[in-house]
Amino acid sequence: MKPQVVIIGAGHGGVQVAASLREAGFDGTIVLLSDEQTLPYQKPPLSKGYLQGKQTDEAILFRSPAYYDANGISLRLGVQAARILPEEKQVITGTGERIPYTQLVLATGAANRLLRVPGADAADIGYLRNLTDARRIGERLAQAQRVAIIGGGFIGLELAALAVEKGKQVTVIEAQQRLMERVLPAMLSDVFQAVHERQGVSLFLKSGVEAIEAAETGGHLIQVSTGQTVAADCILAGIGVIPETTLAMNAGIACENGILVNEYQQTSAPDIYAIGDCANHHNPYAGCRLRLESVQNAVDQAKTAVAHMTGHPVAYQAVPWFWTNQYHLKLQMAGLSAGYDQAVVRGDTATEKFSVYYYKNGRLIGVDSLNRPADHLNARKLLSAGITPDPAQLADTAFNLNNLLA
Amino acid sequence: MPKVTYIETSGKEHLVELPLGATLMEGAVQHDVKGIVAECGGSCMCATCHMYVDEAFLDLLPVMEEEEDEMLGGASAERRANSRLGCQVRVSGALYGLIVRIPEKQ
Ligand SMILES: Cc1cc2nc3c(=O)[nH]c(=O)nc-3n(C[C@H](O)[C@H](O)[C@H](O)COP(=O)(O)OP(=O)(O)OC[C@H]3O[C@@H](n4cnc5c(N)ncnc54)[C@H](O)[C@@H]3O)c2cc1C
Ligand code: FES
Repeated sequence: MKPQVVIIGAGHGGVQVAASLREAGFDGTIVLLSDEQTLPYQKPPLSKGYLQGKQTDEAILFRSPAYYDANGISLRLGVQAARILPEEKQVITGTGERIPYTQLVLATGAANRLLRVPGADAADIGYLRNLTDARRIGERLAQAQRVAIIGGGFIGLELAALAVEKGKQVTVIEAQQRLMERVLPAMLSDVFQAVHERQGVSLFLKSGVEAIEAAETGGHLIQVSTGQTVAADCILAGIGVIPETTLAMNAGIACENGILVNEYQQTSAPDIYAIGDCANHHNPYAGCRLRLESVQNAVDQAKTAVAHMTGHPVAYQAVPWFWTNQYHLKLQMAGLSAGYDQAVVRGDTATEKFSVYYYKNGRLIGVDSLNRPADHLNARKLLSAGITPDPAQLADTAFNLNNLLA
Repeated sequence: MPKVTYIETSGKEHLVELPLGATLMEGAVQHDVKGIVAECGGSCMCATCHMYVDEAFLDLLPVMEEEEDEMLGGASAERRANSRLGCQVRVSGALYGLIVRIPEKQ
C-alpha cells in the first residue's frame, strides 16, 4: 500500500502537518479528518478581529477552498474519529468507516473546562473554542447589555475588551489575586488591570463563582464568593482547557495531562504522533514536561512530526511565543518565564510600552514585550541563539539589541 | 474589485481579485501564494507576511503605523524602502493593478 498519513483534527497543527508533508515532497495519500463543518480556520482571531467584526469568515481561513484538492489532501469535514485501532493501524469514524493509516497524527486540541456550580447549566454560559462558539457568542453579545465574564485569563480578557468596545457593561470575575496570574508577573498584570478598569470593567479578583440563578427581571444573578451578586444578560467563561485525549486513552496510548510524546512527537504507540494543545512534551525552554496552548507550538510540532515521518528527524526545540491583544495593549511573549529569579525592564513602565527580560541562574529564559514589537522579534532570536544580554545593555534603550546577534 | 499581482520568488505570478477592504496578506493566503506564512493570522504579531510592494504605489498605500514599522525591523528578509506587512495593508480602489513581490524568507 502507498503510505497514507491520517491526521485527526484540522486546526493549526493538523493543517500544518498536511501542508508540510506536501512541501517535503511526500507523495502518499493524506487524509485530514475534522469534526467541524467549516473549512479549516485560525483560532486567535475568534476572540479578536473576528468577534470585533474586523475579520470575516473568509479572512480567517488557513487556505483557499481549492487548496486541499489541488494538493492532494483529502479533507473530510464533519467526520469524527471515534476509535483508533493501533494493532490494525486503522481509524474508525463516527459512522463506522474504517480508514487505514501507515502513520497517524493526533492533532485533536483541547476542550473548554466547564464551570460546575449550581445553576451553571441553566445559565447557558458561552465558551469560546471554535467558530460555531464564536458565532453564537457574537449573536448573544449583540443582544446583551450587561456581560459577565468568568475567568481573567487571555481569552476572558480579550472578550472583555471587545465587549467594552461594543459598548457593553462588563464584569470580570477571576479566582486569582490578579489578572493572567499564572503567566504574567505582577508588573504586567497591573498594567492590564489598570487599563481594564479605566475602560469601565468591574473586576472581581480573588473571587469564585458559587452559584448562578435566574433573575426575576430576566437575565442571571451570579453569586460571588465575596458575598456580592453580579447581574448579567450574558455570561461567558474562559476558565482553562482540558486536552482532548479520549481517543488516545481508549487506544491504550500513554497519557498524563495530555498525550505523552518524545522529542519527535512520537506517542507510546508505533507510528502514532501527537502535536499541539493535546501533546504533553518535554520542552527544552521549560526544562520539564508540559503542554503549551499556542499557535507556535502547534505549528512547530507539526513540522517536527513531519520531519520525523519523512526521514529527517530533528528534535523539537522551537522558541515558544504567544501574544494577546486587549484594547491598545499588545503583549508578545517569547520563551517561558516561569521560575525566573531576576527581571529587568527595558523602556518605561509608565508609558505602557516596555519589555521585561527574565533571567534564571544568570541566563535569559523569557521576554514579555508590551507594545514593543521589535524587542519581541529580537528576543525570539536571542533565545533561539542562547544569547543572554547584559542587564545594563537592556536598561539602555539606545543600545540596539540586534547588535548582539551579529 | 482591486486586482493585485503577487510574484513568488520562483517568478510564478498570481493575479488575484481582492474585495475592497481585504488585506494583501489575506489575498495571498487565500490564493495559496507561496512564501507568505502569516502565522499570527493578521494581528501584526509575527512579521511573516512581509512583502515588497511596487514602488509606484507606495504613496497610495495606507500609512504605516509605528508597530508595523517596528515589526518590519525584525523581519527575516532584508527590509527595503518598499517593505510592508501584508496584513496591515487593506486594499482600496486606488490599488488597482498593484504588484507585490514575496521575499525569499519570512
Ligand atoms: C479564542 C482563542 C484565542 C486564541 N488566541 C491565541 C493567540 O492569540 N495566540 C496563540 O498563540 N494561540 C491562541 N490560541 C490557542 C491556539 O489557537 C491553539 O493553541 C491552537 O489552535 C492549537 O492547535 P491544535 O492543532 O493543537 O488544536 P486546534 O487548533 O484546537 O484543532 C483541533 C481540532 O481537532 C478537532 N477534533 C478534535 N477531536 C476530533 C476527533 N475525534 N475527530 C475529528 N476532529 C477532532 C477539533 O474540532 C478541532 O477542530 C487561542 C485559542 C482560542 C480558542
Ligand atoms: S500576519 Fe502576522 S504580522 Fe502579518
